[in-house]
Amino acid sequence: MLVSVYRYNPETDDAPYMQDIHIDIPGGKDIMVLDLLQLLKDKDPSMAYRRSCREGVCGSDGMNMNGKNGLACITPLSAVVEKDKLVLRPLPGLPVIRDLVVDMGQFYKQYEKIKPFLINDTPAPAIERLQSPEERAELDGLYECILCACCSTACPSFWWNPDKFVGPSGLLQAYRFLADSRDTATRERLAELDDPFSVFRCHGIMNCVSVCPKGLNPTKAIGKIRNMLLQQAT
Amino acid sequence: MVTSITSFGRSGLYDWMVQRVTAVVLVAYAVFMIVYLAFGDELTFEQWHALFEGTAMRIFTLLALFSMAAHAWIGLWSVSTDYIKPTGARFLFQSVCGLLTFIYVVWGIQILWGI
Repeated sequence: MLVSVYRYNPETDDAPYMQDIHIDIPGGKDIMVLDLLQLLKDKDPSMAYRRSCREGVCGSDGMNMNGKNGLACITPLSAVVEKDKLVLRPLPGLPVIRDLVVDMGQFYKQYEKIKPFLINDTPAPAIERLQSPEERAELDGLYECILCACCSTACPSFWWNPDKFVGPSGLLQAYRFLADSRDTATRERLAELDDPFSVFRCHGIMNCVSVCPKGLNPTKAIGKIRNMLLQQAT
Repeated sequence: MVTSITSFGRSGLYDWMVQRVTAVVLVAYAVFMIVYLAFGDELTFEQWHALFEGTAMRIFTLLALFSMAAHAWIGLWSVSTDYIKPTGARFLFQSVCGLLTFIYVVWGIQILWGI
């Protein structure tokens, strides 16, 4: 099959380019894209990409495969290859450090903004802050986010305003803490989000939902934040 | 919190709600016009004139005019902050949009009450 990989080494290349590589998959097996990258790296050790857990938990190998963001380690070739061709690019919209490695600084800055930690100003109990099973269930579909950035880098609003729009991933996390029964900073958290950019740049096109490798729904979480803001303000 | 002094209401929630409410007004006005023109008898000047002479129609039309102005401003402001990155060019675009919107509103009022 033919693999076309985005290559860029700022130390030696003037501009990024696409490198076409023909490769035979041993045994014709349906391997994961990450395994394919390893085969490519065996051929050309200069190729750079991030990886760690190789089972869709660490979120390191988010990339754009035939036009759609996803995790290379849990995406089988059969799911993305079209006409025996695969185009691999780094996550769109973020600065490229080298080849498929992007600078996630802007993404983490937005994550930091939403204060991704429990805030509770009441005295700490002797053992732990308890939640009912129902209160705990509110966090399902939110806490599973692994911050791979597939969603935010598939979002045009994040492409145009990565410094102002929190992005689907950050907003999913924001709602994770807004929805937590143990958090007491709801009002302050909402006040931080009520500007024309942080939340309201979301136009609900749901690219985030379509690419999330964990099957989460940031658009739904954003809708819930909007409802909380509405309830507080009307 | 991102500070923004050129948006309509300076609050994302306020802009969002204005956008939705004005959209409903514009749909109502458009549906009324389409039904009036499509299902009414053949339109005469007198009939059209009489329609816009009524206070209710003037209120409805003015409401639609204000709604269009607010809706267009919020929409175009969003577009400008998405796609026009140099501050000078963006501010110029926003100024032209604001001026045109103001002209359309004043002009519209003049037409409406000039009947």
